[in-house]
Amino acid sequence: MSSDNRLTRRFEKIRSENRAALITFLTAGDPNPDTAEKILAGMPKAGADVIELGMPFSDPMADGPAIQAANLRALGAGMTLKKTLATVERFRKTDDDTPVILMGYYNPIHYYGVQAFIDKAIEVGVDGLIIVDLPPEEDVEMCHPCLTAGLHWIRLTTPTSDDSRLKVILKNSSGFVYHVAIAGITGTRSADSKLVMQDVARIKRHTDLPVAVGFGIKSADQVNETAKFTEAVVVGSALVQRIADGSDASKPAEEICNDVHQLVAQLAAGTKRN
Amino acid sequence: MNNTPPESYRSGPDENGHFGIFGGRFVAETLMPLVLEVEKAYYRYRDDPEFRNELEYYARDYVGRPSPMFLAERLGAELGGAKIYFKRDELNHTGAHKINNTLGQILLAKRMGKKRIIAETGAGQHGVATATVCALFDLPCVVYMGETDIERQAPNVFRMKLLGAEIVPVTSGTATLKDAMNDALRDWVANVEDTFYIIGTAAGPHPYPEMVRDFQSVIGIETKAQILERENRLPDVITACIGGGSNAIGLFHPFLDDESVRIIGVEAAGHGLESGEHAASLSGGQPGVLHGNRTYLLQNEDGQILDAHSISAGLDYPGIGPEHSWLHQCGRVEYVSITDTEALDAFQLCCRTEGIIPALEPSHALAHVAKIAPAMDRDQIIVMNLCGRGDKDVFTVAKALGVEI
Repeated sequence: MSSDNRLTRRFEKIRSENRAALITFLTAGDPNPDTAEKILAGMPKAGADVIELGMPFSDPMADGPAIQAANLRALGAGMTLKKTLATVERFRKTDDDTPVILMGYYNPIHYYGVQAFIDKAIEVGVDGLIIVDLPPEEDVEMCHPCLTAGLHWIRLTTPTSDDSRLKVILKNSSGFVYHVAIAGITGTRSADSKLVMQDVARIKRHTDLPVAVGFGIKSADQVNETAKFTEAVVVGSALVQRIADGSDASKPAEEICNDVHQLVAQLAAGTKRN
Repeated sequence: MNNTPPESYRSGPDENGHFGIFGGRFVAETLMPLVLEVEKAYYRYRDDPEFRNELEYYARDYVGRPSPMFLAERLGAELGGAKIYFKRDELNHTGAHKINNTLGQILLAKRMGKKRIIAETGAGQHGVATATVCALFDLPCVVYMGETDIERQAPNVFRMKLLGAEIVPVTSGTATLKDAMNDALRDWVANVEDTFYIIGTAAGPHPYPEMVRDFQSVIGIETKAQILERENRLPDVITACIGGGSNAIGLFHPFLDDESVRIIGVEAAGHGLESGEHAASLSGGQPGVLHGNRTYLLQNEDGQILDAHSISAGLDYPGIGPEHSWLHQCGRVEYVSITDTEALDAFQLCCRTEGIIPALEPSHALAHVAKIAPAMDRDQIIVMNLCGRGDKDVFTVAKALGVEI
């Protein structure tokens, strides 16, 4: 893995600013491909340090109601895996610095073809992947080919990961570690930050990679609380809910963009450690 | 891949839960420690004499095993050709084969110290079988069921409630069995400390396909002993219907290495394979990954999972157990499909000739028997698993026949 990649550079820059990175999650193509692309284009300026983009899937088993609905909206509006890759390609024409991570489930990639997908993802400027249903036990499927090709393989740690499990998880992790703060699905309850802090400290004993914390983080206060002990904070469902609200109220695309970017700016203000 | 047949078709899965390229453990990290824990516990107890004794005790005195094998003489006379035997798993307590598995899993859950049981259900048969053993062993039971299925399976919903289960209507996705399984997995992720997930078919992450197969293999083991006693030889054909495929793998597995036995699995062709509205994952799907395993799935050209269709709610699943995918790939088992209409005809044929109202699921297997029996010799033998009784289906059948009741 080359050290001059976008993700590493971005984490170095943010460390020097004495703050945590804000990782924002959106589902590609939500609420429709056009609006989604406008929202995406304005995310870095609004304060997103790393973009996490969900690849829509009909059966998102690890996601709560908000992101499930986002998946269905996107698919209903004609989003596909190919279009998600094309979205990243267009984003890269105006932004060559902000890291883009694709998150999703294995089946659409399995159908597309693993190596073809990895090659295309690198070509369009994707920096890393989070594939929820590929645990270390299935590393030969996609983790090994990704690492060989130079694409970050970002894995989740959870409250159920004990020390021996952490060793297994972290062995082939790269880019950063995504700690899931609760045993549960996205966008539901929030974690007790003391417990999360203990878990993060434990993870840090096993790795030098930056640690991001996500699941259940919705407000600038929660971002600020979490930023004190991690390198990055992930917010997803709260942003996706903004899109849902705007879409339900039939707001024009510009207004939905503004709503989302406003929330991103508020959350970004929480990343400073003081 | 070479084409040499394996030394045994009964040795799978490997240590990672793979049957050839199928199976595996494709689950979120939060669940991995749980899945590994279930595997460890299952391997510890499956050959434990005390566990076996307890399972056999309840199978005999509570479920009513062994289930009889019955020579369907009038049906045989009507069709002509082969002798047809029914393995009568519809006579089990709760009216289907599902309880063979829920009993095994709850005995395991108790040994693991779990305090709460969850399950998914489509038609409600697995939900009823789970609620039943939860009542028997005094454990709280939460059943996830698609809203669409709740409407069309009202009697089973009420049965589960009588048995003390909580039914959670699933509205996510398309509100059917696959979504019920998604929501059960979401529940499990959020309740990792105390909950055991009783999966209803021979699918899901390892060790479920193996464990469910083992608990259902009692069907095939009994069948083998019964047919040897009655006929002093093995059958020429054994057959069963397939949704996820638990009754079929239970019947098939003990016979896989008996070369002389032709084995046929019958999928649901719904309105016909060419209509796109069916549940035949092998005949009309491609390999993919869903619900923890790699197997054949109904999916579109973007890898999105499609809805299955069958008149039989119990076959209405867009996937199939991974061991069936493997047996299909290596050619040991033939997989065919039967339409809604053919199954309805067989349903009525069975009622009329044998005085048995079969479930719509085994009516699919029976429809295939009706196709092949006439061309076979009179001294040849077919055994079909009659895996469920049809009381639950009378409303569906009446509607399909245009009768108001």
